[in-house]
Amino acid sequence: MREIKILAIVLFFTAVTYWGVEPYAHSQMHPHVAPADFGFKDLEPLHVNGNVENGQVLVEANCIACHSIKSLGLEAPMSIEDAANAYGVVPPDLSHAGVIYDKNYLAGFLKDPVGATKLSHKFGEAKPYAMPSYSFLSEQEIADIVAYLKNIVATKVSDKTVFEEACGRCHSMKYDALKAQTPNAFIKSYLGAEAPDVSMMIRSKKAEYLSTFMNEPTKMVEGIAMPRVGLTEASQDQVINYMESVGDRKKAERESLGLKLIGFMAIFTLIAYLWKVQIWKEVE
Amino acid sequence: METCQKRRDFIGMALAGVSAVGGVCALGAMKKSWDPLPSVQSAGFVTVDVSTIEEGEARSFVWRGKPIFVLRKSADTPKNAKRDVVIGEKVFTLVIGLCTHLGCIPSYDAKQKSFICACHGGVFDASGINTFGPPPRPLDIPPFKIAGETLVLGEEGEEYKKLTAKKA
Amino acid sequence: MAEIRKSEGFIDWLDQRLAVKAFMRVMMTEYWIPKNINFLWAMGVVLVVLFGVLLVTGLLLLMYYKPDINLAFDSVNYTIMQEVEYGWLWRHMHGVAASATFLIIYIHLFTGIYYGSYKKGREMIWITGMVLFIAFSAEAFSGYMLPWGQMSYWAAQVITNLFSGIPVIGDDVVIWIRGDYVVADATLTRFFMLHVVLLPLVIIVVIAVHFYSLRFSHVNNQESEVFNFDVESKKFLEGRKKESKVVPFWPVFLSKDFFVVGFFMTIFFALVCYQFDFAMDPINFEPANSMKTPAHIYPEWYFLWNYEVLRGFFFDIGGMAAMDIGLIAFVIANIVFMILPFLDRNPMNTAPAHKRPVFKYWFWLLVIDMIVLTVYGKLPPTGMNAWVGFVAAVIFLGLFIALPFITKYEAKGNVQ
Repeated sequence: MREIKILAIVLFFTAVTYWGVEPYAHSQMHPHVAPADFGFKDLEPLHVNGNVENGQVLVEANCIACHSIKSLGLEAPMSIEDAANAYGVVPPDLSHAGVIYDKNYLAGFLKDPVGATKLSHKFGEAKPYAMPSYSFLSEQEIADIVAYLKNIVATKVSDKTVFEEACGRCHSMKYDALKAQTPNAFIKSYLGAEAPDVSMMIRSKKAEYLSTFMNEPTKMVEGIAMPRVGLTEASQDQVINYMESVGDRKKAERESLGLKLIGFMAIFTLIAYLWKVQIWKEVE
Repeated sequence: METCQKRRDFIGMALAGVSAVGGVCALGAMKKSWDPLPSVQSAGFVTVDVSTIEEGEARSFVWRGKPIFVLRKSADTPKNAKRDVVIGEKVFTLVIGLCTHLGCIPSYDAKQKSFICACHGGVFDASGINTFGPPPRPLDIPPFKIAGETLVLGEEGEEYKKLTAKKA
Repeated sequence: MAEIRKSEGFIDWLDQRLAVKAFMRVMMTEYWIPKNINFLWAMGVVLVVLFGVLLVTGLLLLMYYKPDINLAFDSVNYTIMQEVEYGWLWRHMHGVAASATFLIIYIHLFTGIYYGSYKKGREMIWITGMVLFIAFSAEAFSGYMLPWGQMSYWAAQVITNLFSGIPVIGDDVVIWIRGDYVVADATLTRFFMLHVVLLPLVIIVVIAVHFYSLRFSHVNNQESEVFNFDVESKKFLEGRKKESKVVPFWPVFLSKDFFVVGFFMTIFFALVCYQFDFAMDPINFEPANSMKTPAHIYPEWYFLWNYEVLRGFFFDIGGMAAMDIGLIAFVIANIVFMILPFLDRNPMNTAPAHKRPVFKYWFWLLVIDMIVLTVYGKLPPTGMNAWVGFVAAVIFLGLFIALPFITKYEAKGNVQ
């Protein structure tokens, strides 16, 4: 009984120390923030239904001057290097934009790109944002564009494609041989900061933090250069899945092997206990 | 007999002495192997352009692997003749951006007009003088030379010598 | 030379040449351990097992690790963690075992203090143990640098900068240790050398001396009872096993240790696979960036208490710079346990703490104070936190100043 008492004391102090340096310290260092908002409540929601045919006309008239829609065979008018040079950053391909981005976000973005991305600390009169505002279009026309972009997505988008389209213009994923489409030097002069390689971000930031951070970067880090890109909850989960499949690809093996190792040691401990009892019977 | 013993003692001591000399020399050589390499020591000079820095803005550069902060003081920031780098009308603070406590990089807070170190809470004012916390001395000023509206870091110019003379 | 005769078998052949039978007797079957002990006496063997785990996993990691600032991070986080079969397992085991080693070292150390096992002839066991603690600290620190993550870099920057507090030559010493003006490639390669060769060699030698020193004063027991090991071991060999106060190291003592080791390793593997963040800080999965200090810098949890003693003194006192006071306190904190046997002015009383009227309070106060230091060592040093750290650091130093007086008082009052 005395040993149980000693064990309880040792475990108690160990647990207090663990609690202090892990959960408690982290709660102090990283104050709680509001959870991710996938409704994009700060943006005015679309209140009309879009017309696909009309949307096609508008997209062809306004968007493909800069953007590619590769799934429809529409290539970008400029090479990647020229585009990076001209705009500071490569304009995104719109093949899956209608699905991976939230529709209210897309509408808000078309009307006010800087406001929707929350980059007013980086862009303004003095330094215009690469994407112009389409606030001169009517609510109906904006809804038409959004409806068309959604309509052209025929197949389910893979995790990797979501990452490439939503993140891959600035971020590299070295451990999956993905290089950012825009060269790093351009991003630095465009956004004032280099976009880090995100290969190990799943381990350094953890899924939980990433899900609030990606939803609204400026909420987590004041003055950060990363824009809010407006991913839907489902596509954001896809991005996180992809990051996990690259940066923590042995997770499944780790979690299943863990049970076997614990099971093995438990059996070892049981036999060791029986052996100990037998040996100590002679001396006690 | 006795001389023989003495001679043996002497030879033994001589052997010990020679060994000791060798040992000390070897240690000296090993110590030198740990010194920074010549290529590291001559990490060279860096020219930084300060003409585009706006009032109240702090910009950072890299020199010999260390961050260098150049802050252009705004009109209402207190001047410090012992530390300011003056180029024409413009007044700059030029410092090595490593906290003099344990070497973290402080960040410039424009509202408080101070460099604040997150590691151990050290605070330096806009001239780089330690005002709070554990840092034992102001932020260091790197050797520099003024060349027009640029600064050459690593070279000891007239102005740098003047500043160091004032300090002493 | 021994008389060589035709051998009766392999063991006998070996015995004639290496005296293996006598060796086994001395090391195992007739190495006597007191019977009146509890599981805390198994911590030494747990530590040996952990050191073995570190050595073997370390060798496997060494096959793929590249000590170069441009290659180190990817060799660890891509090659080892993602490509090498079970590479992640070796790395997780290596990281968690390093942390677990310190947990067990602290339990081992507090056990020694509680049961008075540092005095009355056991001083050398204690001192070699503390030398091991320092060697393991250096080993852990140098190893933490190798993945070349953000915390690797900044912890190295901060800790090497501590040497700048040495009067006059301080700044030159820092550059000499780093081999560069900042922590750089030269620093990484030399700490790599320390981590994989020099320090492990030192540790192995000191472990041998630590074990050797146990042979003279023998292992302590729960009541600090003094008895004649020769008499008791004779009883055991004559078959009066129940009456004897000792048991042989093998198989009796080790049979219990194996059970304790099994229990501990079960928890260990749970940590390795499911709860490893405490030992492998997420921030170190971010590559080192000499131009960006992380928002919070802190060492691994096992260094937090003396890190907090260092930064606890955050304001100048009587014209003395805060940094100098902190540094002096830090140096004291690192050597004060070493001289514990000489601070205790009641060297003949080796009763366990609960039988000593004042010392028992001293002991528990020390444990609590060190936990407070550990927790506050990680929190940001602002506002209240700085003051709690300051008070805890002062109490820590105060406890060791008070120890000679407390023990002297105990020795005087005929309290046994």
